[in-house]
Amino acid sequence: MATNGIGVSVRRKEDKRFLIGKGNYTDDINVVGQTYAIFVRSPHAHATINNIDTTDAEAAAGVVAVFTGDDLAADGIAPLICGVTVTSDDGEPHRAPAHPALAQGKVNYVGDHVAIVIAETLAQAKDAAEKVEVDYGILPAVTDTASAADEGQQQIHEAAPNNICFNWPLGDKQAVEAAFASAHKISTLDLVNNRMVTNPMEPRAALGEYNTGTEEITLHLTTQNPHLHRLVLSAFNQLAPEHKLRIVSTDVGGGFGAKIFIYAEELVVGWACRKVNRPVKWTSDRTEAFLSDAHGRDHVTSAEMALDEDGKFLAMRVMTRANVGAYLSTFGTMVPSYLYAFLFAGQYTTPLIYSEVKAVFTNTAPVDASRGAGRPEATFLLERLVDVAAADMGLDPVEIRRRNFIPVDAFPYQTPVVQCYDSGDYNAALDKALALADYDGFGARAEEAKSRGMLRGIGLSSYVEACGIAPSAAVGQLGAGVGLWESAQVRFNPTGNVQVFTGAHSNGQGHETTFAQLITELLGVPIEDVEVIHGDTAKTQFGMGTYGSRSLAVGGVAIAKACEKLIAKGKKIAAHALEAAEGDIEFADGNFTIAGTDKAMNIAEVAFNAYVPHSYPEGLEPGFDENAFFDPLNFSFPAGTHVCEVEVDPDTGVVEIIKYSAVDDFGKLINPMIVEGQVHGGIAHGVGQALLEGCRYDSEGQLITASFMDYAMPRADNVPNFDIDYAPTNPPDNPLGVKGCGEAGAIAAPPAVINAITNALGVKHIDMPATPENVWRAAQGAA
Amino acid sequence: MYNYGVGVPKNLVSPTPLLRPLFTSYSYNLHPVNNIMEMSFEHRIAASREQVWKALNDIEILKASIPGCDSLISEEENTFKAQITAKVGPVKAKFKFDVTLTDIDPPNAYTINGQGQGGAAGFANGSAAVTLREDGKHTILAYHAKANVGGKLAQLGARLIDGAAQKMANEFFVKFSELAANPSLLDAAPAPEAKPILPTWLWLGALITLTAMGFLLLR
Repeated sequence: MATNGIGVSVRRKEDKRFLIGKGNYTDDINVVGQTYAIFVRSPHAHATINNIDTTDAEAAAGVVAVFTGDDLAADGIAPLICGVTVTSDDGEPHRAPAHPALAQGKVNYVGDHVAIVIAETLAQAKDAAEKVEVDYGILPAVTDTASAADEGQQQIHEAAPNNICFNWPLGDKQAVEAAFASAHKISTLDLVNNRMVTNPMEPRAALGEYNTGTEEITLHLTTQNPHLHRLVLSAFNQLAPEHKLRIVSTDVGGGFGAKIFIYAEELVVGWACRKVNRPVKWTSDRTEAFLSDAHGRDHVTSAEMALDEDGKFLAMRVMTRANVGAYLSTFGTMVPSYLYAFLFAGQYTTPLIYSEVKAVFTNTAPVDASRGAGRPEATFLLERLVDVAAADMGLDPVEIRRRNFIPVDAFPYQTPVVQCYDSGDYNAALDKALALADYDGFGARAEEAKSRGMLRGIGLSSYVEACGIAPSAAVGQLGAGVGLWESAQVRFNPTGNVQVFTGAHSNGQGHETTFAQLITELLGVPIEDVEVIHGDTAKTQFGMGTYGSRSLAVGGVAIAKACEKLIAKGKKIAAHALEAAEGDIEFADGNFTIAGTDKAMNIAEVAFNAYVPHSYPEGLEPGFDENAFFDPLNFSFPAGTHVCEVEVDPDTGVVEIIKYSAVDDFGKLINPMIVEGQVHGGIAHGVGQALLEGCRYDSEGQLITASFMDYAMPRADNVPNFDIDYAPTNPPDNPLGVKGCGEAGAIAAPPAVINAITNALGVKHIDMPATPENVWRAAQGAA
Repeated sequence: MYNYGVGVPKNLVSPTPLLRPLFTSYSYNLHPVNNIMEMSFEHRIAASREQVWKALNDIEILKASIPGCDSLISEEENTFKAQITAKVGPVKAKFKFDVTLTDIDPPNAYTINGQGQGGAAGFANGSAAVTLREDGKHTILAYHAKANVGGKLAQLGARLIDGAAQKMANEFFVKFSELAANPSLLDAAPAPEAKPILPTWLWLGALITLTAMGFLLLR
């Protein structure tokens, strides 16, 4: 096995530049003649725009230009799009009101884009932006997810009666009702999945440059998917033809979903740089990020489980209202539908599931994918409902899970909610997690805590998620506007080192290391001779980018396929050079060898021969450079059990996580250290949602959690040392045997934490975030 | 009971705590957030009710009492425009207020209603019911103010605005009490005519502005 190949915790190649301050983020890029843009944003949640007076702003010092929605429209720039269609229960596509990049006569949320002010300096742009006079006609705002579609509510969009985007049923309603009618017991739970702001450390930024000679726009962006940006900006927004638009995304300081989407600022900056024929730069400040990044979650749900006498799940019913915000973001329809309801089976054999999701418009920022995207919402309601059912049946939470697990010999397992799980061994992960958490010793620990006046609780979360997004045919049938394959090009240089061009794009995941390990493993090239290149549409072939834990499970396989092609070609070249039959050439550890001999040729020599083909197989193309595309056969289904143990101070409501044990099935691990980091980050994200993070709009639609003073992110002192282990299975549909790992922690953790808190308090439910105040109130109610 | 600390004027009596903080609860949807700030306050002034009423309607006294008040203009009866500059350190913003006066009951009470635009700092809308009652030779000025703020004020200020508003109110009343009891302290000649104005809203606006500036500095 190669020294730095699959399964080795190689230190991250990219970290040197980050540690010595040589990272190159979008805002680090400055170009000659650069101007600065500020967006004038609506301070009102819902208002007509009666007039915009830009006279004073245009006359202000240093101002280059001020543009409004009329200027964009006059140049034929089309509104922003939502890329996935969901069919509503009336047979019609979801309602998609126009989403202009700069407002057209109306604003629909605080932070909505009204105008762009471009000036010589940032300070001048800020000053001038204050001089843009907007005459608003204020309208009542709708902010509450649960009641947004109620009779008599203020209407937001003419194109969406009753503020409904779609009402999407899934499953056999009658069969589910029949099962409920004959059930031994019905467990019910009403819950809220709290709205989150994704908050990558690096805020969004855009720098547009127009070259009058080549007529090309170069747009430097903070994006997880440069080619998707180029495609949408070209094909749908009419910014520029695809071959005249270059998207460059250098280092990205975290995305977690928030940098997938095609945002108004990106389109407007790209357009404006050509309009003013000067480079235009915009960098979000933190409060702008709170206002205008797509938010996550925000569901209100009623769920019911029908059980038989033995605690077996007979049927499940879920009614959800999902907030999509004021407009549909790029994947705003997909998250509360396909990425959500398709997960309702979880790890269980529940044979009948019926759900209805009503997606509603509100006067809040658009809601879209945020780490986990739909799957945390599904997992939270299911794993909470299972705990409620366990209590109703008088069963231990472990026991009710075991009784309903999909057995290991049932894979591939077709769920009643579309997905077909590839592989899994849920008991194995549960067993390991219980041992790691010392579940059996909990009673003694709880007694000891009680002697100190503390309430100790333990909670499980046995999750499954669908990632490695996604088979193109499947998502095409579901209404996606794109295919979700991935691409790779593996290029040997004549001197034997390797450049890997991937359509995936790192926003911190360590692709430059993990993908290089694949090359080392598969081609025997030393890892220091491998460079991974991504994030520039002028450098890499079309690719779909990074989200849905897909980079390795889809993009990694494309790299492996390109390697296979290189090996096949290399055998021809080596056979010719070694004067042997192609069929006699074997490849291992970087060497092409005549089988049964010690006559061999290193792959670097083969590459040199391919570029200097003085003696070369007749008819074979020169060059040693292969590309491959991989369209996955199925989603990837990581699963596992997380166990959280907490101590609650009943006097203050403060929750301390004492111990957190996670056992996951991610298939084969390429770099265990990077995987562990992903698990840590995911759990911290989930703990943040469970205990701390809550995005709040007031009744007027004002965002009152728009800074880190009012929006609490998890910090080191909110999480314990994690105990992590794996219970891998081999996913038959993935050629590398890998599953995605980037979102699992954020999906699994919230119910594990809340199940532990409800266990400690002896209450049925507590909504997230379980702040000290909420927990204290719940403790008082329970007492 | 608020602890005002050092330098608190002695004539502040029985400050009533704010009715409720901006954040009532984190319990989702059970308690929709209503981002309305409410303040009730009583203040003793060493002057007769008539004197105080006159002062409340004296444009010069009010201008002098409101920190950063650049202009105060009555355009028509019971309608006013005010511009207030608030400055904290290097940051400064102008608030423009449109103010109307209703429920006028001299010398007992009036209600002031205002809309203020603070540019990048956001906006504030609100009203304050002001009453005067005699207490011996002194007058007790009581007000109940409601305001909702938007834009940056709401985004950054939710947790701090109450305390800052109280502090601003104190500053206003120190000055106003001095001038109401002794108008000659105003250097200028007595105001030509007492114009009916409704200033309480203005200092409320000013304090909101100042608060906003504080947040900008903290960012």
